[in-house]
Order: sequence, then structure tokens, then C-alpha cells
Amino acid sequence: MPERTLAEAWGLAPAVLGVVGLGLVLGLVVAVVDRVVVFGASGAAVEPIRSSARLLVEQRRTTLAADRLLWRIGCVAVPTLALLSLAVVPVAGRTLWSTSADLVWFNAMEALLWAAVWLVGWGPNAVHALTGGYRFLAQGLAYELPLMFALITAGLAAGSLRTTDVVAAQEGLWFVVTMPVAFVIFVASAAAFAFWGPFAAPAAADIAGGVTSELSGVDRLLVEAGRAVFLGASAAMAAALFLGGDSGPWLPGPLWHLLKTLAVVAALVWVGRRMPVLRPDRTVEVGWMVLVPLTLLQALVVAVLVLNGFYA
Amino acid sequence: MLSDLSGWAITAVAVLGVLSVAAGVAVFVVDSMARATFALLASFLAVAGILLALDLVYLAVVTALMMTIEMAIMAVFMIMFMMNPAGLMPMTMVHNAKGSAVTGAGAFVVLVVGIWTIDWPTRDTSRPADSTRQLGEAIMGSHMLVMLVIGIGLFATILAGTVLATARGRYDRFGPRLDSQRPDDPVSGGLRR
Repeated sequence: MPERTLAEAWGLAPAVLGVVGLGLVLGLVVAVVDRVVVFGASGAAVEPIRSSARLLVEQRRTTLAADRLLWRIGCVAVPTLALLSLAVVPVAGRTLWSTSADLVWFNAMEALLWAAVWLVGWGPNAVHALTGGYRFLAQGLAYELPLMFALITAGLAAGSLRTTDVVAAQEGLWFVVTMPVAFVIFVASAAAFAFWGPFAAPAAADIAGGVTSELSGVDRLLVEAGRAVFLGASAAMAAALFLGGDSGPWLPGPLWHLLKTLAVVAALVWVGRRMPVLRPDRTVEVGWMVLVPLTLLQALVVAVLVLNGFYA
Repeated sequence: MLSDLSGWAITAVAVLGVLSVAAGVAVFVVDSMARATFALLASFLAVAGILLALDLVYLAVVTALMMTIEMAIMAVFMIMFMMNPAGLMPMTMVHNAKGSAVTGAGAFVVLVVGIWTIDWPTRDTSRPADSTRQLGEAIMGSHMLVMLVIGIGLFATILAGTVLATARGRYDRFGPRLDSQRPDDPVSGGLRR
């Protein structure tokens, strides 16, 4: 039997370390690209590392009657879940962990991120943070279903929920060609789950930073790093699910996947930073009334194509 | 029965089982709604871990997914309605202690007697290569009717719950003659409908 997972190919510990390292690099790339888009290229590569180091040595502020246990759990969970979602993203043609329900695993990590961000908002016992936490819940509820349908559409065309099967099914044609709606909604929902760009209302300036308002030191580093890693992991997942993963001429496969991931990150940051922050109360209805029917229609089109043997 | 489970799987099931019961007890011990909610989530995640150890990946992941969303939404409602959301005053999660103790002990006895006395069927076929596919085929095939009835039942419950909970109806939104062009909503949804 050929080795199917990274853990089997490299050994468990090196594979886990490799994926964690890759996640941190992806997060750093997102932070650097973000800085380049917002502030220009000067010092962009150093700044995220410098501010991370500063946060590491910064003393922690606290608030009156904070729920420390839940606050710490939330802060640690954000980057942990971002890294766990990377476990089913193919690296060099293999995933760290391969099951028959990879796509649902990815989705479950996002749902847990939901709870974690609410905890980050609840923990400090502060009104702005809690408001941000509730905004994130409302936003997540509206974008969870479209995201689920977008993920399932890719699985539907491949006839499998295993990421490596989805990549293999795109040998002839990238899925983005037949499911552009699912691709755009997947990337947008990724930004929404990282409460970033136009979906940054849970951490917006009008509530003094929302869920992040009371974070300091290591806690802020963990949450901010988790957001960046999650965006990077989602970009890698989008490249694998919709852009053919590591398929491409001339260059070796992993390099192609990396290039596509970087392209998704660049496009996401470039577009996201040019849009205003959307108000959750103005967008939840769009999520329910427009995006859910759109993704269902997209799934229907793909299902009809599957029945006609289009992907076979 | 347990013979085809590896040693670590049995250990994991035992440890996670104890963990899930402990987290379940914690729900009634802690004095904050947020902590009670997340203790319950921890209990459900331990159950998901048990399913994972039994190699039922899809069921495990879907349990984690659904329970997390459920608990996140529950946190909103519980904190809205409970008397002591943040645990600033002493409160108890236990109501009708004697009655619930009797009910709990009764349910425990019935379940334990059932588990140890029922002549459980033994599996006569080999394990399926892909339990996710087998589950999908069961749900979309032989158990389709059950799933449809459950789905419609759950959906009707959601609608009924919402109708009971909301104080506003269509006459509040569209006027006494239902002839208003735009609804009069306290919060605009964004589509101007």
C-alpha cells in the first residue's frame, strides 16, 4: 500500500512539525502581503516579526473580574484551530491526516474557531470585546451555511470528501471553471471567519477593536497569528479545492501549489483591503437570502454535471 | 466485541468517556452560564473523540461541528435569559433536585440493564473500507424516510420556536391592512425588503 499521509511518509513528529512550520510561514506571508498592500513595501518583511517579538515581551494587561480560564482557552484555541485546519490541506501531494471526511474536518475547525472567538470576546468582561464577540457569532451564523455548501460542492464533483481525491479529480479541469460561485464564497467566508478585511466588524474601530480590544502581549500575538495562519490555510485549501492543487506544467507540483496559494493570498488581501467594513446587520440578510440560494444553485449545477458524467 | 479495537483505542474511549462525564458534571457545578455552556461543549467534544477512536471519522467530525454551532448559539440565549449570566452572584444550575435525581438514577439503571442484558447482534460481515460512504448510503437509501421525517420535524420545531419567541408578526411589519410596501423593522436586514 502506498503511503497516503504525510505522517506515514515522514514519520509523525517531523510531519506535524513541518505542517506547523508551514502554517506559521503562511501566516507570516499573509501578514507581509497585508503590510505591503496597506503601507507599501518598505520594511514589510521585518515588521510582522518585529511586532511579534515586541508582543512576546510585552506585559499582559488585565481587566476587572475577567473570566481568565475561558479567555486563555479562547486565545490559545484560535491559532491551534487554524493549524489543525491545515492538517487536511495537501502539502506535496499528501495531507498530514487523511480521512474520508477531510472537508467536514476543515469545516468543523472553522465552527470551533467561532466558539473560540466568542470566548476571546467574553473573557475580559468588557463591553466592546463582548459586542465584538456577538457580532462574530451573527456573522458566522450567516456565512456558515454558504461556506458548507461551497465545500460540499467541491466534494460532490470529486465524489469524495478526501482532499487528495478532490485534487486528483481536477486533473482535466480546475473546479473553479465549473464552480466559480463556490470558489468566491469559500474565499470570502474564509475572510469572514478570520474577521478580516470587509468582514472585520467584530474587531472594528467603532467598538474600539472589538474582540481584540482588551488583548495584550502573548494573547494578542496568539489571536493575530491565528487569524493570519487561518487566512493562509484557507488560501492553500482554496488552491487545492478549486485551482487544481499541485497540477501545472514544467515546475514541480508543490511549487505550483505554493504559487497558487500565494496568488490567492495576494488577490484576497488586495481586494479585501480595498473594500469598506461591512455592517453585520446589513449583511446577514444578504447571507441568508442571496448567498445560500446562490450556493444551492451552484451545487445543483455541479450535481447535474456529475450525473451527466462531466467530471468522470 | 472489543477484540478488533487496538489497545490505544480502548484506552482513548475510556479516558474520553470519563472526561465527557466529568465535563457533564461540571455543567452543574460551575456558577457561570458561559462556563456551563463550554463545559457542555467539552463533554460533546469528548464524545466526538470517542467516535474518532472508534474510526467513525464522519460522525465524529459532524458531532464536533454541529455541537459547536449549537453551543455557540445556546450561549447567546442562555446568557440572555438566565438570572446570573456572568457568575457574579452565587447561582445553581440544579432545579427540582430530588425529582431529577430520581429520574437520572432511573434512566441510568434502565440503560445499564439494557446494555448488559440485550443480546446484541454480532457483525457477520467484514468492516467496510469507508464508513462515511456506508453511512451516506444508509441515510440516502434504506433510512431515507426516517431522515426526512426527522428533518421536517426539526425544521417545524425551529419555525414553531421562532413564531412563539417573536412578539412581532406580519401585521406589525406591513401594517393592519398588510398593504405597506416596506416592512417596518427595528433592524434593517440589508436587502430593504
